[in-house]
Amino acid sequence: MVQSTTVIEAAKYSEIPLGTGLVINLEKENIALFRCSNGSVFAIENKSPHPKGGTLAEGLVSGEYVFCPLYDWKISLQSGEVQAPDEGKLRTFPVKVEEGIVYLTI
Amino acid sequence: MEKKKLVMIGNGMAGIRTIEELLKVAPDQYEITIFGKEPHPNYNRIQLSTVLQGDTTINDIIMNDWAWYEENQIQLFTNESIEKIDSNNKQVVSAKGRVVNYDDLIIATGSRSFILPIPGADKKGVVGFRDIANCEEMINTAKDYKKAVVIGGGLLGLEAARGLLNLGMTVDVVHLMPHLMERQLDAVAAKMLKTELEQQGMNFLMEKKTTEIIGQDRVTGLRFSDGSEVEADLVVMAIGITPNVQVAKESDIYINRAIVVNDYMETNVKHVYAVGECAEHREITYGLVAPLYEQGKVLAEHLAGKQPKPYEGTILGTQLKVSGVDLFSAGEIYEDETTKSIIVQNEYDGVYKKVLIRDQVLAGIVLYGDTKDGNRLFKMLTNKEDVSGMTSVNILHGGCGAVDASSDVASMPDSELVCGCNGVTKGTIVTAIKEQGLSSVEQVSSCTNAGRSCGRCKPMVADILAYTLGDQFDQTKQKTALCGCTSLSRDEVVEEIKAKGLQSVKEVMNVLEWKNEEGCSKCRPAVNYYLGMIHVDDYHDARDSRLVNEKMHANIQKDGTYSVVPRMYGGVTTAEDLKKIAEVAEKYDVPLVKLTGGQRIGLFGVKKQDLPSMWEDLGMPSGYAYGKTLRTVKTCVGATFCRFGTQDSMGLGIELEKKFERLDTPHKVKMGVSACPRNCAEAGIKDLGFVGIDGGWEIYVAGNGGVDLRAADLLCTVKTKEEVMDISGAFIQYYRETANYLERTAPWIERLGFEHIKQILEDEMKRNELNERLDKTLKRYNEPWQEAIENKEIQDKYYTTISIPEMN
Repeated sequence: MVQSTTVIEAAKYSEIPLGTGLVINLEKENIALFRCSNGSVFAIENKSPHPKGGTLAEGLVSGEYVFCPLYDWKISLQSGEVQAPDEGKLRTFPVKVEEGIVYLTI
Repeated sequence: MEKKKLVMIGNGMAGIRTIEELLKVAPDQYEITIFGKEPHPNYNRIQLSTVLQGDTTINDIIMNDWAWYEENQIQLFTNESIEKIDSNNKQVVSAKGRVVNYDDLIIATGSRSFILPIPGADKKGVVGFRDIANCEEMINTAKDYKKAVVIGGGLLGLEAARGLLNLGMTVDVVHLMPHLMERQLDAVAAKMLKTELEQQGMNFLMEKKTTEIIGQDRVTGLRFSDGSEVEADLVVMAIGITPNVQVAKESDIYINRAIVVNDYMETNVKHVYAVGECAEHREITYGLVAPLYEQGKVLAEHLAGKQPKPYEGTILGTQLKVSGVDLFSAGEIYEDETTKSIIVQNEYDGVYKKVLIRDQVLAGIVLYGDTKDGNRLFKMLTNKEDVSGMTSVNILHGGCGAVDASSDVASMPDSELVCGCNGVTKGTIVTAIKEQGLSSVEQVSSCTNAGRSCGRCKPMVADILAYTLGDQFDQTKQKTALCGCTSLSRDEVVEEIKAKGLQSVKEVMNVLEWKNEEGCSKCRPAVNYYLGMIHVDDYHDARDSRLVNEKMHANIQKDGTYSVVPRMYGGVTTAEDLKKIAEVAEKYDVPLVKLTGGQRIGLFGVKKQDLPSMWEDLGMPSGYAYGKTLRTVKTCVGATFCRFGTQDSMGLGIELEKKFERLDTPHKVKMGVSACPRNCAEAGIKDLGFVGIDGGWEIYVAGNGGVDLRAADLLCTVKTKEEVMDISGAFIQYYRETANYLERTAPWIERLGFEHIKQILEDEMKRNELNERLDKTLKRYNEPWQEAIENKEIQDKYYTTISIPEMN
């Protein structure tokens, strides 16, 4: 099967808050955008890999990590990997910022 | 491709571990169906003795809750046993007549208590010790009866006996053999154990063979083969286990003592496997968790087609989970003509150690009183290390218990298992300590899972910490560090904030050299709280350092929606407010409107983008049903309407709620006000409770109705409302200033001592100072919902989502 990718204009860079996530609802995806204190932006599937799932956008952000608000799992925004001792991995989406606009590749 | 069908009979630890392993290596291979005879999801059977001993609750030992089955799309039938396996047609038939086809079948039916086949064994009050139902029956029996007899002085029997002692029963332990735990201990160690347990209150009836259980409907006593009798209201049979193999018996599956399996857990019938206590591997049936987990792993990999290393059996090490008893044994126990033993016995310190050596390798270990050598020796035993070059002192370190732990740890190879339950090696722990800068046992547990199941390896983890960190390891700092980001304790952080005048979370973490620049979900909310508590006059709250509910000012629900609970002072409302709530519920299509436990109305299932406009439509302040703050003041109707009421409970409740609302506290604070000692507002289980009496109020403190039920202590009796407010303010402020973040008033008062707190609050000058700081703090709060309604920045940041239709 050929995977097709789409680039979409998700938000203005200035719209992405510091210290909490911004939820982007696509038809088939629910993505959380995070802007870290170092300025970098990450896009990650807005669903905790905890077996019970749950939203991530409202979690506590520390460096390039977010703590799952419902079950306190520590998740790397960069790789989507859950940090030990918990396990799991989330999908992340490539982000490009051009002229103040944040583009996502889905 | 259609998934293959896997059916498992049995829903216990070995079986579910197999499924977990299988989901790891081949998540999509099977459609899984599980039948369990018990009504519960999978729980930690090993911990039943700690439930019985009162150290934990049944809920805490659930390992895979209902949601786990759902998430992994496992069809689970509880309360439903399997009656028949039809291996020709590859299907099973349940007791309820349900027929399920399989491609592969796992039998994981475990075992049951062996019940002596003697007259009267079916009487009421005779139980085994195997499952939650047994445990509950013992706990319930202990409420009405006094005298318990445990038959069986082995591992399980002694753990049950200790539990029954904790439940307030007198306990006789009946044992057939001349010494206790004869399969794990030799006569010397068993005698030391018996002495210790007698001191704990057990009474032993040794070398007694039970021949009859007497009583009418319910047991009243036991009769032994020598004709003697003993009274009993409860008889626990803990003489051993019998594998549950009936269902296999009726098909063509080969059974010896249990279901016979090969090194891949295959039975003689194709596509039928057995794992756990119902399986017999190389003539051994295991009853401990570690080998069963090993079997599960091999089976899972085998099913997934991964060609695992064959399971070749396990040598067992045994420990007894009874407080005050340290014992370890493994391998052979008794000398014979081919063994030589090294024995160290120190009666003074109560230490006894013995190793058996045959052909230059260890054959058995018995340790009592000091089990530090256990892991190292066990490793020598399982690896069949040649000990001919070692002196006896090398093998058994000294005898007085003063073993240099670090040398033990030093000689331990990295591959050695430290936590058998979770399969964590020394190497994993050392790497985690070095790479993640860990300095406490708790940190190691949370990073590696070591010590998270039975907890027996924690002393070893502490030794590894000491060895790895050397001089940096500070025993006194153990457990007290705020979190993994710092080595400072709560008190040290608070002192530093005061001494250095630190003003913000960021500054604290910078100046105090936090290991993670921006902290974690444990320290950020805590530091934010401490700063707010210290800087009485003014503190700029770090909203993004709060956890989700306080950050959003609404309670997050499991599906990511929120609940809205408006303030309703004292639980008193009006027709007008009720109309408004009803209108809002309709307008926003709220899925659930429910009265909360604290006499408030909750609107559940609200989308986050709807929160600000809903708050605006309601026009009521936040009820803070989500905060580490005053939750609700529950009140009874009181003297205004009730014929028994002696005081105006609603009035006082409303006044208290208005005064203390929004105040940050270390954990939630609940209050109750009752107008008479009938106590309809349940003031006896609140952080602060008030009971009206003729001419005054009784003030109760530090009650809790939650996880650890605690009745509140009567602090004092006062005459006026002003005194109530004075004492309450001082109490809350003292709690704010001295408690650890996330410590409720109940554990706080246990830690500081009720008398100490009483003394502080009796001192008028102290009370005034406390109230002064409290009043200043109270001035700085704004109504958070109103703030969100008025402030577009807050709305944009916290309550906005963006929706993008996909372009095609």
